[in-house]
Amino acid sequence: MSTETATETLDVKGQNCPMPVIKTKGAFDGLAAGDVLEIVSTDSGSMSDIKGWAESTDGAEMVDQEEATEDGTAVYKHYVRKAE
Amino acid sequence: MSADTPPSSGENSPSDDVADLRAQIEALETEVSDLRSEVDEGNADKMVIIATKGTLDMAYPPLILASTAAAFGYDVTVFHTFWGLEILHEENSKDLGLSSVGNPNMPVPNAIAALPGMDRMTARMMRNRIEDNDVASVEELIETSLASGVDLQACQMTIDLLGYDEDDFYDGVTTGVGAASAFQDMADADIQLLV
Repeated sequence: MSTETATETLDVKGQNCPMPVIKTKGAFDGLAAGDVLEIVSTDSGSMSDIKGWAESTDGAEMVDQEEATEDGTAVYKHYVRKAE
Repeated sequence: MSADTPPSSGENSPSDDVADLRAQIEALETEVSDLRSEVDEGNADKMVIIATKGTLDMAYPPLILASTAAAFGYDVTVFHTFWGLEILHEENSKDLGLSSVGNPNMPVPNAIAALPGMDRMTARMMRNRIEDNDVASVEELIETSLASGVDLQACQMTIDLLGYDEDDFYDGVTTGVGAASAFQDMADADIQLLV
């Protein structure tokens, strides 16, 4: 999945647990049905946390997760779709 | 017995039996749908945390769990009592203490940790670490929790006991609550924790 398919991007770089999940929930609530939210985090724990959040949240579907390196820093990208 | 034999007295005809069964099924269906809507009404998942500690390290677990549970759609109440009140005290929450004394995980021997000024230094070192590791401050977590709909409660008995005023706490903190309301919340909750 690439950034082009995401409808909105949430940048939580530089924020640690529990903020990525809490801000994801806030941004997800504002999405329209069918939208895909891209979450960019530097917290390695977000890989498991945001996946778990999506699994237990009605209407949230984890589309993809990937690890990348930006400017020498590890970033974790998550793509969550809001159900139609 | 042929199909057109009239039923002997005292027995229901087959059509009466069917009507009886239909009525019973309808009654059961009504009951099931009533029960189902009752269950749905009380369906919100709920968590209650009792926060009793007010040191810098112990302020974090209740606030992190509370705000996270709210993100999972839980109704969350945190009942702060005794030193847990410090977390909700607007002024004190920014300067929560921490001591190395009696904590074998800290790299300072008790004899040195007990010297004057050491607790303040320990707390300052911890606060710096928190900041360096991109961990939110206690104040940020309180604001986040309140914004997520977490009910942060300050036990009235300990407010009086410690000589605090209701205005000392963050806006949005619930005061005027006691053990009975905490207990009722716990009885209704799916998760209850004492921190």
